Formats: sequence, C-alpha cells, structure tokens
Amino acid sequence: MAAKRESVARSGVEMDRPPAPLGSITGQGAEAGPLELDRLIHERVRLGIVSALAVNGTMPFTDLRGLLGTTDGNLSAHARRLEDAGYVLCHKSFEGRTPHTDFELTPRGRKALRAYLDHMEAIIRATRDSEAGA
Amino acid sequence: MTLPSPRLRAPNGPPVALHDRAMDNLRYIRETMERSQSFTAVPGLGGVLMGLIALCASLVAVRAPSTVAWVAVWMGAAIVSFAVAVVAMSRKARSAGGKLLAGAGWKFTWNLTPPLLVGALLTLALTRAGATQLLPGAWLLLYGTGVVTGGAFSVRVVPLMGLAFMLSGAAALFVPPGWENAIMAAGFGGLHIVFGIVIWRRHGG
Repeated sequence: MAAKRESVARSGVEMDRPPAPLGSITGQGAEAGPLELDRLIHERVRLGIVSALAVNGTMPFTDLRGLLGTTDGNLSAHARRLEDAGYVLCHKSFEGRTPHTDFELTPRGRKALRAYLDHMEAIIRATRDSEAGA
Repeated sequence: MTLPSPRLRAPNGPPVALHDRAMDNLRYIRETMERSQSFTAVPGLGGVLMGLIALCASLVAVRAPSTVAWVAVWMGAAIVSFAVAVVAMSRKARSAGGKLLAGAGWKFTWNLTPPLLVGALLTLALTRAGATQLLPGAWLLLYGTGVVTGGAFSVRVVPLMGLAFMLSGAAALFVPPGWENAIMAAGFGGLHIVFGIVIWRRHGG
C-alpha cells in the first residue's frame, strides 16, 4: 500500500497526509456530499482524464483520446462534464484550418482527485482494520 | 498498446467487494498516470531503421570518389531517413488513435524542422566553401538541437538522445581528418539504434 501511495505521489499528485477514517470522509466535488464518492470523477473515463492531466497539467484532445482508448464523442461528453464542474479548462484554437483542443486541470480538479484518492485509500484501510479486528 | 483496464475484472460476475473496487480504482489511476508519462510520439522502431540507414550510408560514403559524392551519399541517406521517420511517426500516431501532425507529434515536428532547414542551408554553404570537414559536426549539432527542443514536450529519453547527438557533434568538430565517416556512423547510426531500442521497448513503439 505504501509503495502504491508513493508511486501515485511520484506521478504528480501530492499525498502529504494520511487517509481519513472512513466515517469522516466527505467528497470534495460539486456532486459529492458527506460519505459519498465524488461521482463526477468516479466514472472511469473522467477519472482517466483527471489522472492523466494531474501528471501532465495540459494535454491535447488527441493524446487523451489515444491514452484512454475512447471515441471523440465519448471523450467530449465526459470532458464537458468536468469542465462544467470547474475541474478542467478547455482551450480551443486553430492551427491553420484545423481545430485544436487542449485540456488543463484546474486546482479544483486536482483537489478533487486528491480527495478521491484519500477516499479510496480510506475504504481499503477501513476494510483491513475491520478484518484485523475480526 | 495496453490500455488501462476500463472496467472491473468481472463486471457481470459476483458482487465486487468495496475495498476491491477501491483498489481497482487506485490501480487504474496509477496505470493511467504511468501511461500518460511514458507515451512519446517519437517512433523507436523508426529510429532503429534510421540508424541502420546511417550505418549503410557510412559504408558507401567511405568509398565515395569525391567530396561532392560524399555529401550526396549523406544527403540521400537523410532523405530516405526522413521518409522512414514520417511513416514511422504516422504509424505510431495512428496506433494511438491520433494523427501525425497533432498533439505531441506536431510539437516535436515543429521544433525539429527549423534546425533541419538551417542544416540544409549550411550544407550548401559549407560545400561551396570547401569546408565539408565541418559538415558532420554541423549536422549532428543541429539535429541534436532539434531533438532536444522537440523532446522538451516528450519523455525524458528524447531530450537525452538530442543531447547525445549534440555531444557527438561537438566531438566531430575536433576529430582529426579522416574520422568523418566513423563519427557519422557512431552518431546517426549508433545513437539512433541505441535510443530507438529504448523508446521502442519502453515508450509505446
């Protein structure tokens, strides 16, 4: 577990505090409430977008699509939801006549990913604690 | 290309325990982060082929009857290598679901092109001035500069490869006459092959 935490931290997300106990976990996202997952980034494609942007800061649409193995429409729809929540910024431009789209992770998005990681780790820790106590 | 697993191992199987789901999510995040770091538009296999072309060119160039013929051999090798690079980059971009001149591939090409154009101009000028002994150094330095600047947006091995080209170019400026083909073979041949294999094995092909 420790190795996993270090690996994720090296990849661009600071993990500078221990996971909170399961009972005290609260979501940080726009759609999350107490004891709820941040469902906005719980979905796999959106979780992939936020994770990749946590490492690179900014990524082109085409690179994200190749990385996540998804379609144009699917990536656009999920990115739009993240954009609406203020987790990512979408920069559109033209290179000649070709439209070019870059996505950038916002501080709010980074905070949401960090909270999500804490939440996942708290679940694992709580399960192991309960198994050890049984 | 191994994509991060898009869903849990047994979506239609028995219920998945909460902590198993959490571990799977953490694994997915880690895999996605690692993959987003490790991908580069620079084609490793294409680099190996370019290296082999350079080695063949050095064998031909050493028998060139004149200086102009020597320059022509290396120019021919450069053109063939350029074609190989375009095809290899295009194939790699397609395999990642993108286009050749988009995203990381576009940035790399955009940064590599100006030094290559300067190299072509210097080739003409130095050949006319009869200073062809300076060409290997100029070619390696300019190519390395382009790879370093283009690789600034890529994985670490790419700018390192550019730096290695620049160092070999600096050495080429000071080697004794007669070593031109050896330094060209070591630089454009050896470095392309070594770094090409590393990129091929570790960074998406």
